[in-house]
Amino acid sequence: MSGQATAPRTLFDKIWQSHVVERLEDGTAILYIDRHLVHEVTSPQAFEGLRMSGRQVRRPDATIAVADHNVPTSDRNKPIEEPESRLQIETLERNVAEFGVPYFPLLSARQGIVHIVGPEQGISLPGMTIVCGDSHTSTHGALGALAFGIGTSEVEHVLATQTLLQKPARNMLVRVEGALAPGVTAKDVMLAIIGTIGTAGGTGHVIEYAGSAIRSLDMAGRMTICNMSIEAGARAGLVAPDETTFAYVEGRPFAPKGEAFAQAVEYWRTLPSDSGAHYDRVVELRAGDISPLVTWGTSPEDVVAITGVVPDPASAPDEARRAQLQRMLDYMGLSAGQRMTDVAVDTVFIGSCTNGRIEDMRAAAHVASGRRVAPGVRAMVVPGSGIVKQQAEAEGLDRIFRDAGFEWREAGCSMCLGMNPDKLTPGQRCASTSNRNFEGRQGPGGRTHLLSPAMAAAAAVTGRLTDVRELV
Amino acid sequence: MQPFTTLTAVAAPLPEANIDTDKIIPSRFLKTIKRSGLGANLFDPLRYQDGVERPDFVLNREPYRHAGILIAHENFGCGSSREHAPWALLDFGIRCVIAPSFADIFHSNCFKNGILPIRLPREICDQLMQDATQGANSRLTIDLQRQVVVRPDGQEIGFEVDALRRHRLLEGLDDIGQTLQHGDAIDGYERERSASQSWMPAIAVS
Ligand code: SF4
Repeated sequence: MSGQATAPRTLFDKIWQSHVVERLEDGTAILYIDRHLVHEVTSPQAFEGLRMSGRQVRRPDATIAVADHNVPTSDRNKPIEEPESRLQIETLERNVAEFGVPYFPLLSARQGIVHIVGPEQGISLPGMTIVCGDSHTSTHGALGALAFGIGTSEVEHVLATQTLLQKPARNMLVRVEGALAPGVTAKDVMLAIIGTIGTAGGTGHVIEYAGSAIRSLDMAGRMTICNMSIEAGARAGLVAPDETTFAYVEGRPFAPKGEAFAQAVEYWRTLPSDSGAHYDRVVELRAGDISPLVTWGTSPEDVVAITGVVPDPASAPDEARRAQLQRMLDYMGLSAGQRMTDVAVDTVFIGSCTNGRIEDMRAAAHVASGRRVAPGVRAMVVPGSGIVKQQAEAEGLDRIFRDAGFEWREAGCSMCLGMNPDKLTPGQRCASTSNRNFEGRQGPGGRTHLLSPAMAAAAAVTGRLTDVRELV
Repeated sequence: MQPFTTLTAVAAPLPEANIDTDKIIPSRFLKTIKRSGLGANLFDPLRYQDGVERPDFVLNREPYRHAGILIAHENFGCGSSREHAPWALLDFGIRCVIAPSFADIFHSNCFKNGILPIRLPREICDQLMQDATQGANSRLTIDLQRQVVVRPDGQEIGFEVDALRRHRLLEGLDDIGQTLQHGDAIDGYERERSASQSWMPAIAVS
């Protein structure tokens, strides 16, 4: 931990210190958890553990469950076809009933990807500690909450004790100053950051994002940035709460109301880092240097400007890296020096907890409007929650997508990880707004290029990776 | 949890950096509601092609089929928080992973499942990989009590491990039972917080 209570503290220090229940001999803290989000993939073995040891859920009123990873994104009124997916969802439903955990069922409009649902419902609030058995829990850090992913044993630990055993992280500051150029989005900023510091760049750290470019982002953009903190190796991402945050939170179903909201805001205003607070590492980027980016390889750090070319393994510093680059190019079916805009895609996926919010739907629809999906391309739009879907339909975005030949689906994780029927087949190439381009992430043998929603829509209508600035 | 005291086992070399959790156990195998049985699909994309074993992959070769230790390069276990990754390793029989660095969540998940992750400098990992290529005689010994890796020639290499985690591994203790001994402190914290932050809403879904 950096400093005493009187020394200038970071946002992370403040949230951390206010949640330490007890400090153990070796510096490990028993850390209190304010919100626990539960989904169907990482919880069955945790509930099984509780049952086996005769334990209860300590704070059902601080817990929320929703199924998202496995759910079909086609007709919700039909039974789930894949028996294993059905079993996981039924197991979750049995567990929440048995242990009294609040749950948004599949047919509720409030169902959706857990990291979209938490902020949307006002369940995730500034200053809180928030955990979920999923690494992209870092998303909720956009509200100024300390939010991080945990494993299933820890899920069980939080269910039983409402605490976690944790060691404090180091503080890292990523400052992005200046104005973003037209066509450049929060997704491009985050890909630029990961491209700069690498996928292990944030290991052991919590990253606080600051600077005028971050401040000027709306909450959706901040969530996109914090979401991918884990791709930069960090434990969590944070943005200090400000007026944009308070305006976003006010009026959400589970947010405090009236006098309680005023009290909460008063507290939240004390959270931003003090001037002079110490960071173990500082990285600065200039917003004006960032252009629309895409990934070319199988790690999120493999980024290149859309105007650039596939890198040449021959230029790698050592033999191991050279071999690794060549392997990636072979997997991706790309050759050194190939222009990114010459890469044809057959699939486009717009959705996920990175880019499945209403603002992302609008950005993609803006590009799709009045155009047609290119022949031979399958383009799907998967809203992040039932609420996002309703809102988009109220704005007529579904019509724009359907008229252009996009599929308009039900909410869920979908092709972000291909646990439901939405997946790539070997050799298929996808322009995707999700967060991971690992081998096989979107289906065995599938090839993923990460990019922003506007860039994904541009790829859909041209059939190749495209510089969105040429279309708008 | 099975205690971890000393382990003498075949070590398998996997000289690659950034081995992610999708490689360790792809998402299509996460649909289980149990902890066991994932070993068959450990490293599935590297280990099989069209359902058939790739003969060149290390865990498909003798003696590494029976490996109990894995040696890899930087940033092992990056990617998702899925505990299925350590479960798959454990189910295969791997109780120790040695690498220059690990991703945070994976690292902590290992300890909770009786797997010991050991951080050693890259040159030493490379030496150990060299040892591991010597076939059946290349067994390493990990002595957690003394915090040393014993090479086939008897040379000992010390390693660091968090004291509390070491204690729990050695005893096979589960975290929840330990934390519940601090129940009074948790009660007190909750009382104090509900007084000082009375605006904090409760979640209830009707
Ligand atoms: S959308 Fe993708 S990254 Fe997000 S929670 Fe679902 S599977 Fe994970």
